[in-house]
Amino acid sequence: MSTSSAAAMMTPEALRRGLSRRKILDRVFVIVGLSLMLACLAILAVLFIDLVRDGAPRFGWDFLTNFASRRASSAGILAAWVGTSLIMLVTAVCAVPVGVMAAIYLEEYAPKNWFTAVVEINVTNLAGVPSIVYGLLALGLLVHQLNLGQSILAAGLTLALLILPIVIVATRESIRSVPNSIREAAYGLGATRWEVTKDHVLPYSTGGILTGMILGLSRAIGETAPIITIGALSFIAFLPDPPIKSEFPFVSFQWLNDPFTAMPIQMFNWVSRPDQAFQSNAAAAGAILLCMTLAMNGVAIFIRYRFRKKINW
Amino acid sequence: MSETTAFPSISQSALRYRKMRDRIVEILLLIAGLVAVFTTLAIVAVLLIESSAFFDHVTLKEFLTDTMWTPLFADAHYGIMPLVAGTLTTTAVALILAVPLGTMIAIYLSEFAPHNVRETVKPILELLGAVPTVVYGYFALTMVTPMLQYFMPELPGFNMLSAGLVIGLMIVPYVSSVSEDAMRAVPRYMREGSYAMGATRLQTALRVVVPGAFSGLAAAFILGISRAVGETMVVAIAAGMQPNLTFDPREPAATITAYIVQVSLGDLAHGSVGYQSIFAAGLVLMFITLIFNVVGFWLTRRFREAY
Repeated sequence: MSTSSAAAMMTPEALRRGLSRRKILDRVFVIVGLSLMLACLAILAVLFIDLVRDGAPRFGWDFLTNFASRRASSAGILAAWVGTSLIMLVTAVCAVPVGVMAAIYLEEYAPKNWFTAVVEINVTNLAGVPSIVYGLLALGLLVHQLNLGQSILAAGLTLALLILPIVIVATRESIRSVPNSIREAAYGLGATRWEVTKDHVLPYSTGGILTGMILGLSRAIGETAPIITIGALSFIAFLPDPPIKSEFPFVSFQWLNDPFTAMPIQMFNWVSRPDQAFQSNAAAAGAILLCMTLAMNGVAIFIRYRFRKKINW
Repeated sequence: MSETTAFPSISQSALRYRKMRDRIVEILLLIAGLVAVFTTLAIVAVLLIESSAFFDHVTLKEFLTDTMWTPLFADAHYGIMPLVAGTLTTTAVALILAVPLGTMIAIYLSEFAPHNVRETVKPILELLGAVPTVVYGYFALTMVTPMLQYFMPELPGFNMLSAGLVIGLMIVPYVSSVSEDAMRAVPRYMREGSYAMGATRLQTALRVVVPGAFSGLAAAFILGISRAVGETMVVAIAAGMQPNLTFDPREPAATITAYIVQVSLGDLAHGSVGYQSIFAAGLVLMFITLIFNVVGFWLTRRFREAY
């Protein structure tokens, strides 16, 4: 290296000067690095404050209990948040069991062969597929081939496919962190593979699985593109069919087939209107959406932290 | 089995039941694993089938060489290049911001930051990647664009610059998080060797750790590129939706993803050429993502350091 051969010929003073210059550069980088990082965090804060400030006039009970309207001042997000909640329910019910099961298969059961390798590469690649492509898949397959139409069920299934890789990867990681000695002890007592998994591996990995599930859902709640592609309507002034009925059999799944709107779609609709009054509606909806996402992420971080602290191998 | 007879409390039938249950569970788990494979196949099938219908109407030559993209107009042109140009321009702007920023933050976190700072800041930084993209779109349109217009008064209200910058900000945590993991995987003795030679922390970081982690850094950049190419809502909101064959980020333009959103917002008949065109656009999007991933795979292979 040039510096070392030069150093051999340097006088002590030159060497010392070079050293102090390098030390100053070191300090400068610490300051630059720290301030860049703080700048990113500051932007997150600015984003949030900006949304809250712009949306402030619209916050209130009415905003949550009114339907969308042509008049900005009386428009609300009732249909949107109900739609989002129902979609998340479908997504969670579909993605979590399938994702956890797939992860268990890959970690505990899968033999080491080309087929397992194909499944693994698949999961990795799916995580990198742009979300709007899932929307196209849903439009072509779910909406038109399977005739689900532009329904809550179609949207929930789309987002379930979208977050499946997230759930699988998180579950695999937490299963992998369970030490083998625990499995071997259970096998030694005559447990079958499923008994080992169900009674020993899964209880230890609950924290990681929960974290993955929440992170997946927090991703799904903000996804706009795939459900726009399905063709969600942004002007909906009615609620889906209620899931609980007063007469027998008390539960109804009619809501699965109902058209819907969702929080991010409602916000997108308001943002793209030229009328300034709707921008503050968009900001208010955005602030609520952001709160939901950040809260979910916060819970995930908290769970991860708690479980990591509680388990001592 | 003979050894079970040594345990009279375990009946043969109970054992057989447990083994049978194990088989059934294994099959169910396998089916769940196959959902991922099925999803991939379904994506490829849907894109190819609908695109092939599209290419019955449009020749590949027109698709690749026409400079206009107006499938929904009476005078329909089907040249994908304006959309590709828009996608590449916003991606380039995003990377120019995210790669240096993400890498520097990663170097700082991995080599300089005290342990507790790293543990606190990293999850908060990752929240930047968790913000819904539609919120970023609002941010680009109502805050970044007016700010840029302050410096560039002639900048139009919809432009790729502001969208690209916001996408860049959005992918900083992806880049920094993966890069940092890669840098931390460089073994400690390499740093110690460097320190022993009299190098400062910055010199060690730039000349030992970064080259050592290069394959991981490449993977991080590819992840960022994939996100930027596929990003939809920010460009749909802030870059305008007019296809425009230009690489000038100050102009409004549509990306591939923005076009798909624009068509989906309208009520387009199933089976029309306009409907099929979004699948062709989606296929191109997948193709671009694939190219970047192949390049990334090659880079990680080529520069992998074994310790």
